[in-house]
Order: sequence, then structure tokens, then C-alpha cells
Amino acid sequence: MLQRSLGYMLIVALGLLWEAVVRFGIVDTPTLPALSDILSSFWSLLVDGSFVGIFLPSLERLFLGYFIACVIAVAIGVAMGSNRTFFHLLAPLVEFLRPIPSPAYVPMAILFLGIGNEMKVFMVAFTSFFPVLLNTISGIANVDRVVIDTGRTFGLTRAQIIYKVMLPSASVYIMTGMRISLAIALVITVLSEMVAGNDGIGFFVLDAQRSFRLSEMYAGVIALALVGYGLNHLFVAVESRLLAWNAGIRRAEG
Amino acid sequence: MLSASYLSIQGISKTYHQGDVSDEVLGDVTLDVASGEFVSILGPSGCGKSTLLSIIAGLLAPTRGTVRLGGELVTRPPADMVYLFQQYSKSLFPWRRVRENVALGLEVKSRRGSRTSAEINKLCNEYLAMVGLKDTGDLYPWQLSGGMQQRVAIARALIAGPRVLLMDEPFSAVDALARNLLQDLVLELWRKLNITILFVTHDVDEAVYLADRVLTLSKPPVRVVDRIELDLPRPRRQVETRESPEFLRHRRELYARVTAG
Repeated sequence: MLQRSLGYMLIVALGLLWEAVVRFGIVDTPTLPALSDILSSFWSLLVDGSFVGIFLPSLERLFLGYFIACVIAVAIGVAMGSNRTFFHLLAPLVEFLRPIPSPAYVPMAILFLGIGNEMKVFMVAFTSFFPVLLNTISGIANVDRVVIDTGRTFGLTRAQIIYKVMLPSASVYIMTGMRISLAIALVITVLSEMVAGNDGIGFFVLDAQRSFRLSEMYAGVIALALVGYGLNHLFVAVESRLLAWNAGIRRAEG
Repeated sequence: MLSASYLSIQGISKTYHQGDVSDEVLGDVTLDVASGEFVSILGPSGCGKSTLLSIIAGLLAPTRGTVRLGGELVTRPPADMVYLFQQYSKSLFPWRRVRENVALGLEVKSRRGSRTSAEINKLCNEYLAMVGLKDTGDLYPWQLSGGMQQRVAIARALIAGPRVLLMDEPFSAVDALARNLLQDLVLELWRKLNITILFVTHDVDEAVYLADRVLTLSKPPVRVVDRIELDLPRPRRQVETRESPEFLRHRRELYARVTAG
């Protein structure tokens, strides 16, 4: 119990240290407000509902882009993982596109889609796409021959084999890809809002810095940390429900 | 209806090509199985028995030759035939509970008919009881022993209502006692349901204990070397049958042929 709470105690201790160095003038610069000032900004942004208005457009574009990416990536991943021709057709393209850091696409995306929501949703979708795709391909390619033949001997059609045999069988891999993508999606949401536009948490943090509302800037970053933490928790909760059978196997194998 | 040859395998061969290397697994296999017959196929491990059975099941295309079931050419898994895999732990779907695994046998529309899901549940429970697994429907496969998992696979195969069951060394991975119990279960179900069974094994005793007829296979490229009719009375009993002079005679004879290769 004590061991488990050590990490939280460290966070509190660092927070107190921050407060102390600012209050006692050891660090005396307007770029670093006292933690208590930041927390009070955070609190007022929270209770007056500002954070809802700030995060809502961000979460909308995050989920929309992420959802589109997951659907397309799983579909293409199934095709590539189960069909050699498809794999050899698309693998070089994927290998070429994947290593390009996604912020590099932003200028192009702005040219084609403008600085509005479409560009941001596209950026989120495009970036979230690759981890889900690659994990789906591995997951599908690793489905055991016996499982597929079992489906065939019971007369399942090709489509039934995909959604009743291959997808559940590959679901552990696919969920791993989706978890990685969710974290990246948040990063790209914030980044694309900083580059262009006038709403969302990315814009809020940048705007607060430019207009020298530094307590609010820090408060926004703290809120982002909490949202990121919450999103991951939500994902893990859904994942452990969907993959409860697998957790049982892992426990049994010790 | 009881034609002399219900399942007819004519001149099956299978050659795998990898680059310039070709590997002839099956030479020229011809065999006939009558409706309701229990035939054991005996051959050394890794001789291509699984390949042969996969071709018969319509899961794999032969290089040459034909498989006919009830006169119909087999080009994909026929509705009347179910394949029971040696690797039961892979063949059962780990994400489905035991009852949902059994229900796979009824997933195809033509087999499910107009049954409601409540009726399917009830039927799954009945088949589970038939293989001695009452009250396991809500468990996951990993919670069962190997022998019990293979019983689930048997229930799943039988609920589909096949006329032919292809069994690929189904009991080679379970312990000896469970294996004997499973052999008796299969004999009981075979008699009760009046199905045809093609049973592949590398275990001479098992082949003799179960079958009406034993076919022995050569090393690759595989051919059928011998066809031996067994004159062992039924029902077979684990102790009495295995101690009978006929059993021992067949066993001795088959051992000699198999080891002669």
C-alpha cells in the first residue's frame, strides 16, 4: 500500500517544491507562476464550464478522426493480413508513408483542406491509422490455420470467417494498435489546433501563452494530462471487458 | 442407401512445390469407406496423414485425384462431413464460452433451421451432457482439461449432424486414462448416431480397438499398403477386448507391417 502510493507522494512533493521556489523568490520570473495560482485558474476554468467549451471541439475531432482511422485500418489490415496479393500491393506504400513524422503533413493538409475542422480530423485519422493497420496485419497473419479450418469445416462463409474467426482471434493485437493510436490521436489533435484555428485545447494553451495568461496556459496543460489519463483509463476498461477471455488465459498460464 | 462405397477416394496425390524443390507427400491414395463404417488409418507420425484427411475434408485441394461423398465430388467442406482436429486447444475458439463453441456447429443457416437462440442453448446443453460435460457451458475452454476440451470439440462436431466424422489423431495429446474414456465415448456415439468415422492415428492399439477395418500407410509419398478387416466382436471393452487373442493377433500383425514401413 505504501509502495503503491510512493509515486503519488512524489508528485505532491514536487508540487510543494514548485510552490516553495516561487513563493520564496528562489525562482523569480513571470514565466513560472506559483502552483497555487495555476490551480486556482484551473479551478475557475473548471467550475465556470470553460473547460467544457474548450475540450468539446477537441474531443469531437479526436474521436471522429480516431473512429474513421480504426474502421479503415482494420478493413485494410484484414485484407492485407489475409491476402498475399493485397499485402504485396500495399506493403511498400505503407512502409514508405509510415516513417514520415505526421506533423510534416500539416502544411499539405492545410493546402488541400484549409485550416478548419476537416484538416484536423484528417490529421488525427491519418496518424492514428498506422498503428492500428500494422497491428491488424500482424494479428490477422498470426491467426492459426487450425482456427480458420475449423470455421471452414463447419461451413462458414468467407465473410463469416472474417468476422467470426479472424477478427476475434486477432482482437488482442488490434486492441493494442488502437491503444497506441489513441495516445497519438490526442497529440495530433493538440498539435493541429496549435497550428491553425480558433478553438480547442491546443488553441487555448497557445493563445494563453501569446496573451500572457500564463496561469491559464499551465492550467490547460494540467487539464490535458488529466484528459489523456482519463482516455487511457476508459480504453483499458473497454479493452478488459472485450478481452476478458484472454485475461483469463494469461492468468491461467501464469 | 448403404452403398458399398459412401466415401470414395480415388488416386489422390499431393505435391508441394517450393522454388525448385518439390515434395511429394501423397503418392497415389485410393480408399473406399462404406456408410456407417469405422475405419482407422494407421501410419507413422509425420507421414502425411493430416494432409490426406484435409484433402478428404475439402479443406485442401489435391494435386491429382478425386474425393466423392455420396457420389458428389468434394471441392470444399461438405455439409455432411466434419473434421475433428488433433489440436483441440487451437480448434476451440478461446473467446467463446464452452456452450458458444458448441453452437458453432449450428452457425450455418441450413443447420440452424428455424431454431431460436433459446432452443439452440438447450440443444447445446444436451450435446454437452451427451459427451459427459453437463454444467460446463458457461466456462471458457482454458478452464477445462485437455480431455474435456476434446469432448467439447466432439459435441460441437456432432451437433452439426454430420454423416461422416474425420478424426485426426484426436486423442494423441491427452493422457492415457482420458484417452481410453474418449475412445469408448466415440464408439458409443458412433453406434448411437449411426455415422461413418475415418479415424487417423499412429497408435496401433487404438486403431485396432476402435475400427472395423484398418488401413496402413507407407512413408511419403504415401500409399495405402494394407487393408485389414478386424473380426473383433462389438461392443468393445477396454480390458476384455485388449486381452482377447484376436486383438493381440491383429496388433502383432499390424506392428510388423507398420514397422516394416
